[in-house]
Amino acid sequence: MAASMLRLVRSGRRWALAWIDGGSRERSGTQTGPTSNWARGQSSVAQLSLHTAQKPRKGEHKWAAVVGLEIHVQISSNSKLFSGAQVCFAAPPNSLVSFFDASLPGTLPVLNRRCVEAAVMTGLALNCHINKKSLFDRKHYFYSDLPAGYQITQQRLPIAANGHLTYSVYMGKKRSQMTTKTVRIKQIQLEQDSGKSLHDDLRSQTLIDLNRAGVGLLEVVLEPDLCCGEEAAIAVRELQMILQALGTSQANMAEGQLRVDANVSVHHPGEPLGVRTEVKNLNSLRFLAKAIDYEIQRQITELENGGEILNETRSFDYKLGCTVSMRDKEGKQDYRFMPEPNLPPLVLYDATSLPADADSQQVVNIDQLRDMLPELPSATRERLVQQYGILPEHSFTLLNEVGLLEFFQSVIKETRAEPKRVINWVLNTLLYYLKQQNLAVSESPVTPAALAELLDLLDSKAISSSAAKQVFEELWKGEGKTAAQIVTEQQLELMQDREALEQLCQAAIDGHPQVVTISKGNKVFQCSRNEGQPDICPQFLLHPISPYFCVST
Amino acid sequence: MLGRTLREVSAALKQGQVTPTELCKKCLSIIKKTKYLNAYITVSEEVALKQAEESEKRHKQGQPLGDLDGIPVAVKDNFSTSGIETTCASNMLKGYIPPYNATVVQKLLDQGALLMGKTNLDEFAMGSGSTDGVFGPVKNPWSYSKQYRERQRHDEHGDSHWLITGGSSGGSAAAVAAYTCFAALGSDTGGSTRNPAAHCGLVGFKPSYGLVSRHGLIPLVNSMDVPGIFTRCVDDTAVVLGVLAGHDPKDSTTVQDPIKLPMILGEMDVSRLCIGIPKEYLVPELSSEIRSLWSQAADLFESEGAKVIEVSLPHTCYSIVCYHVLCTSEVASNMARFDGLQYGHRSGIDVSTEAMYAATRQEGFSDVVRGRILSGNFFLLKENYENYFVKAQKVRRLIVRDFMNAFDSGVDVLLTPTTLSEAVPYLEFIKEDNRTRSAQDDIFTQAVNMAGLPAVSVPVALSNQGLPIGLQFIGRAFCDQQLLTVAKWFEKQVQFPTIQLQDLMDDGSLVLENGKLTSVSLT
Repeated sequence: MAASMLRLVRSGRRWALAWIDGGSRERSGTQTGPTSNWARGQSSVAQLSLHTAQKPRKGEHKWAAVVGLEIHVQISSNSKLFSGAQVCFAAPPNSLVSFFDASLPGTLPVLNRRCVEAAVMTGLALNCHINKKSLFDRKHYFYSDLPAGYQITQQRLPIAANGHLTYSVYMGKKRSQMTTKTVRIKQIQLEQDSGKSLHDDLRSQTLIDLNRAGVGLLEVVLEPDLCCGEEAAIAVRELQMILQALGTSQANMAEGQLRVDANVSVHHPGEPLGVRTEVKNLNSLRFLAKAIDYEIQRQITELENGGEILNETRSFDYKLGCTVSMRDKEGKQDYRFMPEPNLPPLVLYDATSLPADADSQQVVNIDQLRDMLPELPSATRERLVQQYGILPEHSFTLLNEVGLLEFFQSVIKETRAEPKRVINWVLNTLLYYLKQQNLAVSESPVTPAALAELLDLLDSKAISSSAAKQVFEELWKGEGKTAAQIVTEQQLELMQDREALEQLCQAAIDGHPQVVTISKGNKVFQCSRNEGQPDICPQFLLHPISPYFCVST
Repeated sequence: MLGRTLREVSAALKQGQVTPTELCKKCLSIIKKTKYLNAYITVSEEVALKQAEESEKRHKQGQPLGDLDGIPVAVKDNFSTSGIETTCASNMLKGYIPPYNATVVQKLLDQGALLMGKTNLDEFAMGSGSTDGVFGPVKNPWSYSKQYRERQRHDEHGDSHWLITGGSSGGSAAAVAAYTCFAALGSDTGGSTRNPAAHCGLVGFKPSYGLVSRHGLIPLVNSMDVPGIFTRCVDDTAVVLGVLAGHDPKDSTTVQDPIKLPMILGEMDVSRLCIGIPKEYLVPELSSEIRSLWSQAADLFESEGAKVIEVSLPHTCYSIVCYHVLCTSEVASNMARFDGLQYGHRSGIDVSTEAMYAATRQEGFSDVVRGRILSGNFFLLKENYENYFVKAQKVRRLIVRDFMNAFDSGVDVLLTPTTLSEAVPYLEFIKEDNRTRSAQDDIFTQAVNMAGLPAVSVPVALSNQGLPIGLQFIGRAFCDQQLLTVAKWFEKQVQFPTIQLQDLMDDGSLVLENGKLTSVSLT
């Protein structure tokens, strides 16, 4: 089933494909994620998919890719990191700008408590050590959408460090086996977002929108433990789900709430790491995977041809499907880091260090936040497997698709059908239709209630499975009819009248004597326009025509 | 009336002896008469008169907002004032009209104070003479005082020998010294309030770092800047401080309620006081007159029963170098925002964004400012950071510790000179460049900023030339009230003479009840 092979990751209004589990036709078998080696001698860098790097020829030198990510996550908060200006996507340009955001002289930063809490919660969810004292620094560079000439970030002592993120990949020849992998998290730091520059090449001017300037970001820095685009995409998807579960970020990549910079290098295993390049601003999982794989391949080809890799910043051209040098840095950039003098050290407390007279509005209590952590995706998946007896990979799909779990659970609530049947319908039918039409779960024309009703009909054996598919197709048209109405209108009920069925069967047998000898009675269904219930038909048939069946079995 | 202290005038306003409008108009007329001092960059006449009108209504209803209702004040032109141009005496901010008030300005206005205008300074407060702003130097009112003129040889009476005010808040100092207002805000990063206060015969107060909000103060060095207060007596400083002090949600470096307000300075028992005399402050460059006044002051305390001890602040000699590194580094960072995009000067050169930045900053900043930006960026370079910035921070810690050790040894207040000498003539002053002058003039004052302590310069006496000399008291952090109480006692003992401005006295603008300041109890 195509739908169970591909995981479609929705970001904004677009479906972005991330090949995060097995069996895709795009793959040719031996390539696996984590320890993949890249065979030398690949002819074309334009080939993007992973299979280009398969099948190292005997005796050839293998390449290994090393990928590290820096992920910028926009914190879900009503106001900005250091000012009271509102945060809102797609507001009119420069309508959400405080005096501080425009860096009017004399304005000072005031730390947003909500952003601190979001950072702590994210740190806890990613198994980080939370620093009870962290510091803010200024990172200087001149850019038109950075009004102060510096960004306030946490360079020296970030709020959280030394964590890890666990994710699952499919392994093995058929990619049917799931394996858990871990990527280390170096640190999580609080920092300001910049504004946006819009370059009007025609009039050769740059327009600045400061709505985003000063919005709170979490920069999550992953150690270079990843080895290909696919793996990076899976890890980021897992992070995205954790953030969404926490509510610390909407993490919508299409709206720029989650942006990824990838550091990529290649080397021969056992040798020192190669020179790395940084591919900036990847804003969908599909592009992330593509860009990394392209970059790996490009570097291999470059080195194979005797070239060298420059330590440079590159961007991904999604139209061409390749990375291109940004050439934006004239020489080495020195950010001239300096402690931010207007913000005292950020001090966090736990149950033991909390002063007795502390004003709860003025302090952030790590233990209290830990107690408030919601169920995280890994726990949710485990619970689903236990509660509904579904397969672990099904639990992944349920969570990966935005809204699918809620859909599934709504159906379960309203139907008598077994969870296993529900999951089959949700994953194999509903999801398949959604993907065919590039729709989000929330856009499904079939509501959970409608599917529940349909599954009830199926469960009570009022209709056959294939009739159910037909009903589903009708429901999908979204004409407002209920499943029951469709069944009645199209006369899809199973025939419950034994005699009539027997007659039908007999008619079919009589009409096609030669077929009967080699068939199990498919024609019966033909004659009865699919009303025959497959699991009871053989018994009907056994009675009057048993001699024939001996022949065919 | 103008010769009175703020507290006296406040009482007179409440009693209806004078109206806010009368007071305002008198001050405006003196501002015009003393225009040659160049104390003001902007005179906000209309605003002040309107405020006076409103104040008058309140007074008539017997419902003044507070002690400052109807009192003319001036504000250094590096504090943001809503709707009033704020230039920092720089081409970069010429024409910049802020949309908001600095917290300290707002607090003054909320008390009904009348804003007479914005006072002159060194560009972005970088300097110690108030000579290096784009609007020209500020002239010290004492240059034109009877006391000074009488002691000058006749041939020096021409205007070319006028004196500097000190700086960088020289405009505010001149404004208060010339009776154009009763109090003024300065800023103090390395001595910018205390230095001109000493040269202009005023009380110049630098509060503890974190006591008074910096929100709206256009920064020089964020970790050292504090709003400063100029008044003609210590009690007036306490009144203004009482209004300004306190936590500001807009400034995260202000502390929560460290001091009981309102601040009333009581009498003090000097015999229970321990005065520390830091031996490192006795430097060869110190003028003998100041040295002798310093020593007399110590004797005065001792004779009244105070314990006076010599203390050591061993890292003092490293302080000015360390200050230079930290100051220029923060300056480089703080000045980065002036790129011509959002506000202020923008160059017409627009071949590229980078070219526009470069031209804007070239045109907008003076050599002094650009020089500090350049050295600051040098210190912050990755390869230099450890050797300069980090080292300077370590030295700063040692300097802080020096003060802590002194106070831990039982010292309540340190007594030091404020300046090396009395005010010098402008022509003398500009023989050295800004950097050299700043290093010399901040010698006794900047260590206090590094440590965040409160300090006040109190005028002591006139020099042989007839120019004011101030001494500095340094207190424990957040013991501002104790510090001012000591200063008040000292002020009462020394009876510093009032400036006699010939021009103003001749035409009767200034009616001085007597030559001395008298403290009037307000009940």
